[in-house]
Amino acid sequence: MIRIGDAPRVRRLLIGAALVLTALFLLLPLVAIFAQALMSGIDVYWQNLSDDYTLAAIGLTLLVAVITVPVNLVFGVFLAWLVTRFDFPGRRLLQTLIDIPFAVSPVVAGLVYLLLYGRNGWLGGWLDAHDIQIMFAWPGIVLVTLFVTCPFVARELIPLMQAQGSREEEAAVTLGASGWTIFRRVTLPNIRHALLYGVILTNARAVGEFGAVSVVAGAIRGETNTLPLQVEQLYQDYNTVGAFTSASLLALLALLTLAAKAALEWRAARRETAT
Amino acid sequence: MIAHALTWRRERRVLPGFGLSLGISLTFVSLILLLPLTSLVGQLSQLSWSQYWFLITDPRLLASYGVTLFGAAVAAIFNAAFGLLMAWVLVRYEFPGKRLVDALMDLPFALPTAVAGITLATLYSSNGWIGRLLEPLGISISYTWIGIALAMAFTSIPFVVRTVQPVLEDLPAEVDEAAMTLGASDSLAFRRVILPYLWPALVTGTGLAFVRSLGEFGAVIFIAGGKPYETEITSLMIFVKLQEYDYAGASAVASIVLATSLALLLAINLWQGRFIKRLHGGRG
Repeated sequence: MIRIGDAPRVRRLLIGAALVLTALFLLLPLVAIFAQALMSGIDVYWQNLSDDYTLAAIGLTLLVAVITVPVNLVFGVFLAWLVTRFDFPGRRLLQTLIDIPFAVSPVVAGLVYLLLYGRNGWLGGWLDAHDIQIMFAWPGIVLVTLFVTCPFVARELIPLMQAQGSREEEAAVTLGASGWTIFRRVTLPNIRHALLYGVILTNARAVGEFGAVSVVAGAIRGETNTLPLQVEQLYQDYNTVGAFTSASLLALLALLTLAAKAALEWRAARRETAT
Repeated sequence: MIAHALTWRRERRVLPGFGLSLGISLTFVSLILLLPLTSLVGQLSQLSWSQYWFLITDPRLLASYGVTLFGAAVAAIFNAAFGLLMAWVLVRYEFPGKRLVDALMDLPFALPTAVAGITLATLYSSNGWIGRLLEPLGISISYTWIGIALAMAFTSIPFVVRTVQPVLEDLPAEVDEAAMTLGASDSLAFRRVILPYLWPALVTGTGLAFVRSLGEFGAVIFIAGGKPYETEITSLMIFVKLQEYDYAGASAVASIVLATSLALLLAINLWQGRFIKRLHGGRG
């Protein structure tokens, strides 16, 4: 069979161009992160990692992820169940609303939270009177992260659950299964790869969010600095090695994310060829 | 009539959990998405039209619209070409390291934007790995529009690749064969047969890359430097106004950014919807 672009000359040219551009635009930055972090040797790298502020930033980042990921997981599953298993007025609108965080600049996301919970905001006076601090503290960081990451799980589940339809679940109903049993025994096994992928994406974004968090965090060292904010602050202080040390942790997590995604896709492809 | 409505309801809602999932979804959407967004409307409603107009037409701000739009346009055009090339190579050819290259395409989504920002700023600065090579040629990238476009292009790489790739995979081999046996050259067959088929995916991906670039913040600010009138992007303007406690000004600019990206996203969705209808012979 003859196909377009199959001539060896064309093939070599296109593959060559693709490899050179990928190396230049994607591989080189990745290598540079680790090279800069290790520039002054491994001892300095460990020293930078065990810096108190860096450790505090790692802790806060983990806290944000530990809260955000489960909340958005639960929300994403319920939303996907709602819009794929029932027909009701406003269903399309709800699906469109969920896309808003994808379209909004992260700085705008931070701003709207500041307007709501900040000192001069709608709820600011009440919060102040009750001595509850949301802005420039960890609850604010968690809230904007929830905003920014809420579409990921739902967006992975909705197309899949729509394609699978609800016949299996309906059969389970006629057999007298309860809602929880249906979800656990029928739905979950069908969606678990997409769910896992949604969780991985949510986690990657929750850990790495910068723009929205930098608006509401106030950059108090050791208190409201997440890892990306720590990266920025060290870089602005001309502590390049320190900044890239923290950045290398985030880059490592990005690599793990890519590996997990590749593994999930590989397993899905293998299952497809098996059936 | 009422009885009919009731049976319809019972028929359609065989599955349990409607009330629970509706309750949870609406509560979450209201508290996390809608309530904060209405606070923006509330803030803006305190302004008169002339105040609003004054805030959004400040000359420094107008310059930032230009910088942002231009950077995003260059980034989107670059990604249209690069994404098409990568999708083609990844679908049509086999070569060593292909799986690695495929996985790397998603790096910009997985890598935090601030990390991308400081890395690009360091690579392209005058003593960085790439900047050092370009300086003798008189090309500087840091603190210029090229740097802004480059950072925007980096963070939006996956959009075009990942929208074009599945469409290209579904293209039947017979289409190629038909074009080639009719004696068309590679480039003619590509332009006349393949490109029209990929066009909707290509436009959608490029549009999404453009929207993402308009709102990009973390990746751009380090390499851009934020010189007023020259390398200041609009989302940085919002940030600067917030640091000066100018909430009214920040909200006015935010409303422009928000309206623009929502309008563009809606246009992309409608355009895509129309095309999908055409593909399925008029059935949505």
